[in-house]
Amino acid sequence: MKVAYWPGCVSRGFTPELHGSMAKVAPLLDIELVQLDRASCCGAGVIAEHNQELADTLNARTFALAQQVDGAELMMNICSTCQGAQGECQERLDSSAEYRAQVNSTLADEGLSYEKGLTNKNFLWLLVEEIGLEKLSGMVKRPLTNLKVGPFYGCYIVRPRDRLGIDEEHPRDHYLEQLIETLGGTVIEYAGMRKCCGFPIITMNKEASLKQAGRHLGDAVDADADCLVTPCPLCHLNLDMQQPLAEKVVGRELNMPVLHLPQLVGLALGLEPKELGLSRHVVKPTSVIDWSTSVVGAAA
Amino acid sequence: MAETHKPPERFTLRMRRYDPESGEAPYWDEHTIELEPHRSVLEGILQAKAKFDGSIGIRCSCRAAICGSCGVRINGEPGLACHTHLDHARASSKDGVIEVEPMGNMPVIKDMIVDMDAVHWKKVQRVTPWLINEGPQPEREHLVPRESMVDITQTMACIQCGACVSDCLAMEVDPGFIGPAALAKAYRFVGDPRDEEQRERLLDLSEDPQGIYDCTHCFKCVEACPKDVNPMGQIMRLRRIAGADQHINDQNNGHRHEETVVTLIKDYGLLHEAEMIPRSYGGNSWFGKFHPAAGKELLSSLPVAIRGIAKRKMSIKIAIFGHKIPKQDLNAVKRIYEKVESKPERYELNLYVSGVDEDAEQTPVGVGSEEGSAK
Repeated sequence: MKVAYWPGCVSRGFTPELHGSMAKVAPLLDIELVQLDRASCCGAGVIAEHNQELADTLNARTFALAQQVDGAELMMNICSTCQGAQGECQERLDSSAEYRAQVNSTLADEGLSYEKGLTNKNFLWLLVEEIGLEKLSGMVKRPLTNLKVGPFYGCYIVRPRDRLGIDEEHPRDHYLEQLIETLGGTVIEYAGMRKCCGFPIITMNKEASLKQAGRHLGDAVDADADCLVTPCPLCHLNLDMQQPLAEKVVGRELNMPVLHLPQLVGLALGLEPKELGLSRHVVKPTSVIDWSTSVVGAAA
Repeated sequence: MAETHKPPERFTLRMRRYDPESGEAPYWDEHTIELEPHRSVLEGILQAKAKFDGSIGIRCSCRAAICGSCGVRINGEPGLACHTHLDHARASSKDGVIEVEPMGNMPVIKDMIVDMDAVHWKKVQRVTPWLINEGPQPEREHLVPRESMVDITQTMACIQCGACVSDCLAMEVDPGFIGPAALAKAYRFVGDPRDEEQRERLLDLSEDPQGIYDCTHCFKCVEACPKDVNPMGQIMRLRRIAGADQHINDQNNGHRHEETVVTLIKDYGLLHEAEMIPRSYGGNSWFGKFHPAAGKELLSSLPVAIRGIAKRKMSIKIAIFGHKIPKQDLNAVKRIYEKVESKPERYELNLYVSGVDEDAEQTPVGVGSEEGSAK
């Protein structure tokens, strides 16, 4: 399938291994990525905090660019925060024709216009809803047998439920567990899996921010997880890059590797840890690399 | 209502019991009650109390979702016991047994009763929850624009049940955070044109390290509120007025952080992550990094940065120069900024007030469209 692909900022900045692993995984899943190079940052809720109409207009521009991609079935993102921040803007734009016209009049300078009803899905939703878990399980080359994986969603992709379209038919707040199982891994449930990583207040209240990250990582350690997986690069910054500092704040050793979603999928599809950029993490995912070599060893 | 004709069914409630004065640890207690499925969890608890154990502690009054007394956690989610149907609660339980617990972030007095005074009411008191207007009073009523009062109706819908306080993730790690309910109450007065202390209120709430900038934007309160008050949204509005309108340059980096993100996206089209810390701490320009506050923070972040670069997590090029969208598009983004920001009044669409177009109600956002097309 062909998708208008919005990688976001952080996946091309401080977590390039996310964008890189997505590019590696896409062809294996028969996803054609048409990258929205011209689009701007979603604002991560902060532009909306400053001026709502500005955030709505910038994202309407992104949506309009996505709608221009010939033959694309939908727009896909790889960031919980993009999903939530863009979804919030889209909710306002789709709710009022008058407001949409107001925003589109600003976009008209560039000859762009957003038409109501764009489908914008995170890679996680696309895997479950467009590709399907059954089909995906048939593509698995290296099942994640005995790998204990803890999901970490990121707030923006689980709340608020109504806006995100989470209901009985679309239990999107349980997709990570379903996916881990489909890939052959063991799901580790722990207290913090749907809580906040603390990233939004890292520059405002560093201690509270790192305490959140440290606490959830500690919960995952106590639940005996080998690694976490997250669809959110901002969560990854606090959980992985800041983990050494979080360890100091919570006063315990954590050493918990955190994988990006496409990395975990890539491992199961047979890609090597190195080509998925696992060596680029701050917390070395030794447990995962050891696991992958042990599986290869067993197969040989 | 067809539901009212359904015959009574048996429902099992698993309640968390705790009496701090007993010296015993909390424990789970199960009772099976019989009621029509549309009846409330509160009615179920009251039946268990009447039939099996008079010592079950639950606070309630109106039984009609307006007094805010019976806030509890049902199957782990906060809500009003009187506003949750038994059949819905059973459907959302993990094992067919409805689990009822006291709310979080507040000490338990007994069973499902928490100490609202010690946490919730104290925080509400903290924001000076009354109108301040010492000036000469008009002969009759204050005349204010209708829209400005409509604007604060959402915060007025709060029934002080504490559900949002119960689930606040910032408060979980920082109990001193003023919190969602009290800050929503603060907006009720900041947004009221009759109040004379708007700036003082905002100064106070911005400068407090546990004020408006301590919210982690996790949407927990938005989801918890049974009255659609959207406390987090109200906190963001407080930030908007404190930062964008009042230019309060708070000691918590709150306003500088906001300005930094807004400026970086205008200048680059994308976030330039490496500039985030220096500008948020030291001031919103390339020179921010030379400010002593930024220097101190950069120094403490240095080990993280070095580790990141050594692991090729980020390239030195990205760390120094960031990444940009193509020039033509950057110009388009800048034009959008200029056009929107030069409007005489900032426009804010609040769906709680405006409602949604009739046809929009049919298509929930984010769910795959029938045509299966991005258009």
